[in-house]
Amino acid sequence: MKKQAKFGVGIGVIVAAMGFLAWLGYGESKTYYHTIAELETLKDSARNQRMRIGGTVEVGSIRHLSGRVDFVLEGEGKTLPVSYIGTDPLPDTFVDKSQALVEGRPGPEGRFVAEVVQAKCASKYEAAPGGKGGAEPSPTERSGM
Amino acid sequence: MPVDVFGSFALVLAFVCAVYAFGGGIAAIITRHPLLIKSTRQAGMATCCLIFLATFSLEYLFFSDNFSIAYVVSHSNRDLATFYKIAALWSGQEGSLLFWSFLLAIYVFSVLLAYRNKNGELMPYVGVVMAGVQIFFLTLNNFVASPFKALASPGADGVMNYVARADGNGLTPLLQYPEMVIHPPNLYSGYTGFTIPFAFALGALLARYPGEKWIHLTRKWTMIAWMFQSVGILLGAHWAYAVLGWGGYWGWDPVENASFLPWLTGTAFLHSVMMQEKRGMMKVWNVWLVFITFLLCILGTFLTRSGVVSSVHAFAQSSIGTWFVAFLSLIILVCFGAYLKNRDYLKSENQLDSIVSRESSFLFNNLILLVSCVAILSGTLFPVFSEWITGDRISVGAPFFNKVNIPIGLLLLFLTGVGPLLAWRKTSTESLKRNFGWPLAIGVVAGLIALVFGFREIYSWICLILCVFVASTVGLEFYRGAKVIRARSGASFVASAVELTMRNTRRYGGYIVHMGMVFVFIGLAGAAFNRDLQKDMRQGDSMQIGPYTLVLQGFDARPEKNYTAQRLLVEVLRDKKPIMMLYPEKRRFETTTENGTMVAIYSTLKEDLYVVYAGNNPETELPVVHAYLNPLVKWIWFGGVVVVFGTLVALLPNRRAMLVLAGAQQPAVAAQPLGHELAPTVTLREGHD
Repeated sequence: MKKQAKFGVGIGVIVAAMGFLAWLGYGESKTYYHTIAELETLKDSARNQRMRIGGTVEVGSIRHLSGRVDFVLEGEGKTLPVSYIGTDPLPDTFVDKSQALVEGRPGPEGRFVAEVVQAKCASKYEAAPGGKGGAEPSPTERSGM
Repeated sequence: MPVDVFGSFALVLAFVCAVYAFGGGIAAIITRHPLLIKSTRQAGMATCCLIFLATFSLEYLFFSDNFSIAYVVSHSNRDLATFYKIAALWSGQEGSLLFWSFLLAIYVFSVLLAYRNKNGELMPYVGVVMAGVQIFFLTLNNFVASPFKALASPGADGVMNYVARADGNGLTPLLQYPEMVIHPPNLYSGYTGFTIPFAFALGALLARYPGEKWIHLTRKWTMIAWMFQSVGILLGAHWAYAVLGWGGYWGWDPVENASFLPWLTGTAFLHSVMMQEKRGMMKVWNVWLVFITFLLCILGTFLTRSGVVSSVHAFAQSSIGTWFVAFLSLIILVCFGAYLKNRDYLKSENQLDSIVSRESSFLFNNLILLVSCVAILSGTLFPVFSEWITGDRISVGAPFFNKVNIPIGLLLLFLTGVGPLLAWRKTSTESLKRNFGWPLAIGVVAGLIALVFGFREIYSWICLILCVFVASTVGLEFYRGAKVIRARSGASFVASAVELTMRNTRRYGGYIVHMGMVFVFIGLAGAAFNRDLQKDMRQGDSMQIGPYTLVLQGFDARPEKNYTAQRLLVEVLRDKKPIMMLYPEKRRFETTTENGTMVAIYSTLKEDLYVVYAGNNPETELPVVHAYLNPLVKWIWFGGVVVVFGTLVALLPNRRAMLVLAGAQQPAVAAQPLGHELAPTVTLREGHD
């Protein structure tokens, strides 16, 4: 086999293998972003996807129950009741009026079941330089590393 | 003159000087008038000095608690510790953009000063490119995000009146941590530092500057930028680990990824330039690697500053994005234009000879670094692109990044061991056996031992074998080289190894960096074995995690200057023997009514015991203790230190080769693939030490 062909095959194998792995990882972790208003208009099939929804935590709505935390997100004039069922503690910044992003699936009776909650205090937070503060992994987000 | 007026005036003047350095520089290139060349260089230096003045002014406003300035009000308060008043400078949009300019100015000033009487043909081009980058950031500093805006409100007569607050809002608690004082300067020094190789590469291309000289000139600058970038990334990871209290250090978050991307291409560049130096190959590739690295630095700053793909939608979304997109497009256009116009200047002098050669190991090293970069970049920007194409905003998470990057990391680790010992052009089977026989055997034995001891995580297992393999190859290299020197000088083994390193700092410094990366990989491999446990605890309760028993001895509240700390007093026992106390904390900051977490970590080389006070259970009112057992994490930070040390060694000039070398070219070294690098001819080349 010619040298160039050998390199071509080597490069091709690596790129194809990585592409395949990327595709697997994509299928495993893809998450849709929706707004609270959009959620109501989604079709049935789309409602069962994993998704992220952002909003503001309604004042006084946070209730700690056994095994879960209930609260209400509001945004664009709509509200969405959420149950957080994750095991990790909620982030320090998760308080009334904080901006929160919940990740999970819509549950029964219009209640959203969240496995991950991220939050930022809306009043004065601004992204930090150096790539961290803007969107650091919140305490409930994990990677496999 | 009030300091804020002084500062903003300095910024305006800096802008004017930069414009002159740019325009005058172009005129100087065309006319070649010596006085014009000199004056534009001096304008470039003046720009830098004015930026220094502006930055010091802003810092002075922080130290003098000047709460009539909007930026100071939002990022500081009277009680803020001095240490954090320095950090407050870069804790927000306006300040950190000024800080970008500041760090860039340090580099630009050093370059202009260091080469003021050298490389006369090239420097005007380099100066123009650097001034161009400075103009962009000074535009932002002056006209888009000025840090010197005063607080003002309209009075009864409709005239704006200055107002001053009694106290500021304080610095966000997440940033009140020592790493936050040193992490951004490091990362930003990395981001800004890549401007220098970019300016030289583009300048050399535009000037059709002969030979590989720009590569020799920029090697040091690239390595300095790369080192800062590495340190910045690791400090960021350590900050995430120690402050966010989620037990991990890397979350594949957009801003983390943004800092990692230029590191990947920068690493690729540091390796592939050797192909150009030794064999005159990969010229186009190298130029584009520098261009891309610089673009990724700007993109990283853009992602961080604009919040365009921020994981929590867009918290810091701002109009600044448009400016960055425009600047990025402009750089791409200029790079393409310069490349298309002068691409004949970048013709390769050689071709690849064999698949088992130094060249091909560099090629594959570059390929996988780039694949990793593309994967991370596309994963990071996925929400943006999916929204453009399908209308749905889709994000990908950690599994996507891990699936691709873990195998890539292992391949890279493999090449780290193999690459440096392959010969240029073609490697003989004999030399393969000689260089890799023992390391491979040791690696396999280590793997088997691990298997016997119940090691079942496939990636971690491969990682372990590779780490042992690479460490052995590096050890063998030092051993062989030191043995030769020892035989001649009779010095001790350690002294011989030091002598060996000092004679060829680039090569042996590189090995030390590789060794540091091995340590980092050891630490990363530990993540497969992380464990955690969460429990509501009464006073006197205990919990068991791994070999440790945690006993809650009590709690206390400690008022500090800027916050109140609620601490748990946790006693740690091992084999029923107390070994230490840990104090995980919750901090409540008075000015912001925000909370902060202070994780308590008992760190050993074997594992970290990581204890978080996760708040109180609202039903029982009992404190919740979340304990993690994270094996080998310390190796990551240790590896980082070794990487920095190795880079510093590689930056040292070579100790002049002595007569010993002539004798050292005997079989033991002569057969060694890179033996010729010891020859003094290479070490004396300018800028290549």
